[in-house]
Amino acid sequence: MTGALKKIIYNCKQATFLIEKRTLGKITASEALQLQVHLAGCSICRTYQKQSLLIIRLFTGFPSGEIRLDDTFKAKLQQQIEKEINKN
Amino acid sequence: MEQEKTTINSPLKSDPVTWVEQYADYLYRFAFSRLRDEEIARDLVQDTFLAALQQVSKFEGKSSEKTWLTGILKNKVADFYRRQASKGITAIRSAETEQQNFFDSDNGHWNAKHAPQAFGLDDDNPLLLKELGGILNGCLKKLPALWFSVFSMKHMDDFASEKICIELKLTDANFWVIMHRTKLNLRACLQKHWN
Repeated sequence: MTGALKKIIYNCKQATFLIEKRTLGKITASEALQLQVHLAGCSICRTYQKQSLLIIRLFTGFPSGEIRLDDTFKAKLQQQIEKEINKN
Repeated sequence: MEQEKTTINSPLKSDPVTWVEQYADYLYRFAFSRLRDEEIARDLVQDTFLAALQQVSKFEGKSSEKTWLTGILKNKVADFYRRQASKGITAIRSAETEQQNFFDSDNGHWNAKHAPQAFGLDDDNPLLLKELGGILNGCLKKLPALWFSVFSMKHMDDFASEKICIELKLTDANFWVIMHRTKLNLRACLQKHWN
């Protein structure tokens, strides 16, 4: 077993780092192998991985369609724009 | 008649007095989804309209009015992110300190107290997801400003990491450390408030 492989088998900090890097970018073939070995034996990091993806889903799936500016602010904004136009 | 109507010589399709009605909610949603802060999002919408009025003469009509206004807002959001990048050093330090307890300092294994536990929810239950989403919004507000900017730029705008590094003056190594720490922080915060 190589040193790098041995090191990560017990290292959840490194494994969670690789999980993030793999989700959003690229990891090397050797890093991918290290991660695979780690995840095979670590249920806590498997839970982490699942929750990491869920967080992205929650963040990007935020129901922004439901939100709107309140009418008071809009009225103020409207007045401000009219004032600006009349300046010119 | 025609000449009377076009007091401003520009290819605007509508009178700026109708902008609020037409575009304010759309622009607010655009800003809020990227900033997750009502007050800042409002301010940027206001700044966008005022800047647009100043630039009306430069509008060439190559894009739609909505696209044009959104472009101005995008720049305002980018400016905001850049300003955040140089702030909140104390918040970053304290978030980093908190994370030192997550893992055993010798072998990097999860410390029992901070180890991820299953949320025990069916991922497809929309009500639970909505509740969890609400908790996440609270957690996002507590993130160090720079971390939030990096996280939002990556996920809401899907910017390449290289672009984010240039915008916020980060190294590639910095970028990945921040992405990792942000996720550790958000996950721990969700777990803390969920159970």
